[in-house]
Amino acid sequence: MIPRSFEYHAPASLPEALALLNRHGDTAKLLAGGHSLLPMMKLRFAVPDHLIDLRKLAELKGIREAGDEIRIGAMTTENELIWSTLLQEKCPLLVEGARLIFDPQVRYRGTIGDDISHADPGNDHPALMIALDALFVLAGAQGERVVPADGFFLGTYMTLMEPGEIMTEIRMPTPAPGTGYCYAKFKRKTGDFATAACAVTLTMRAGAVSDVRIVLTNVAQAALRASDAEAALRGAPLDERHVDEAARLAMGICEPVEDLRGDVEYKIAMVGNLCRCTGYQNIVKAVQYAARKLRGETVETSHPLLAEIAAH
Amino acid sequence: MALSISLTVNGKPVTATIEPHLLLVQFLRNQLRLTGTHIGCDTAQCGACTVHLDGRAIKSCNILAAQADGMEVTTIEGMVKDGQLHPMQAAFKECHGLQCGFCTPGMVMSASALAAQSPNLTEEEVREQLDGNLCHCSGYHNIMKAVLLGAQAMKAGA
Repeated sequence: MIPRSFEYHAPASLPEALALLNRHGDTAKLLAGGHSLLPMMKLRFAVPDHLIDLRKLAELKGIREAGDEIRIGAMTTENELIWSTLLQEKCPLLVEGARLIFDPQVRYRGTIGDDISHADPGNDHPALMIALDALFVLAGAQGERVVPADGFFLGTYMTLMEPGEIMTEIRMPTPAPGTGYCYAKFKRKTGDFATAACAVTLTMRAGAVSDVRIVLTNVAQAALRASDAEAALRGAPLDERHVDEAARLAMGICEPVEDLRGDVEYKIAMVGNLCRCTGYQNIVKAVQYAARKLRGETVETSHPLLAEIAAH
Repeated sequence: MALSISLTVNGKPVTATIEPHLLLVQFLRNQLRLTGTHIGCDTAQCGACTVHLDGRAIKSCNILAAQADGMEVTTIEGMVKDGQLHPMQAAFKECHGLQCGFCTPGMVMSASALAAQSPNLTEEEVREQLDGNLCHCSGYHNIMKAVLLGAQAMKAGA
């Protein structure tokens, strides 16, 4: 419960934050929402000498559209994602995903940048980001660089981020109208990390899948893109045979860790189930949903996903 | 190195010297002696430490006191106005929404923030939006009734 003592810094600007990070090197940690870092510090898994709190950096907040991109400040909280009318309208997968992350109090504090940079395989944003083809803006002393989400996650708690870098923004192409999407998350209770989960974005043309992205949560050391499963669906009709084949291929790449949520076989099997849910029923639902929206009908932004999964 | 923070707690300005690693919940309980806010876990699950930070329900065990600098904190002790229970408190009493009382402060703080934000709460919303607060005694059933009643009373009084 009691973190080890450290020095606290609350820089007022990004250059000031970068300078502090540079000065203190490995002994410093960035404090965003604090809902992963502080629990680790309370259990003394993490014992930084310096905490650099990013809360005063207004430039790291906000959700906006820039050309054909959606740009989200790294310090934007989960609840701000859920309440964003822009995201509800143009990127509802992110709204649906955020609703399945922890609980309301935590969502007031935890930020999207937090969730991504932490790179816990149990976190949900890594898979969502890869499914949405996102890019991450990383600021460092030498300037900024932009790296794709696909390839960013190297392992448990490991990413492409270099020491001295701060994630400032998440950019993603605004999904084309009519894009189907789903985040199916199987968990023991609300607030829990996924036993297994699957993010899907999908577009259809003339009865066949024109493009699809399938990304798995918490069944490997990092979020896992199921490229072979995608290839099995691309250009194919969304029928049971192709969806089963995609699920089989997705299950083939899983390397889950055995823990209280289940053993390796169980977690892999849950990927198959979830993939069938998303790849078949929920994708169809998602496509219908998108189509209804295109016709100008009012559609509920979120649907009771957990109930649907439980019913299978 | 000790820090100086200034914040508003239950409507009153507070200036204090703290160690950076002091959690907000410890600051409230140990330094300000506001012991209505409880600690039921050390992994940010139980919500017994829920307070309002600038009007939003947050878990005070998972934020440093330093992070609340310049902000407004309301605890369960700040809910009574002129000797009158807050409508959400009155509803918990009326509906028998508490037994041991350990989760109650956090539960009332979550419920009142929720009802302030969504005055026309449904049962489903209450269940979904209070999932950050655990209770061992009630089975949640009476808490549900209390929150719906409290939300109605808050709406009527607003």
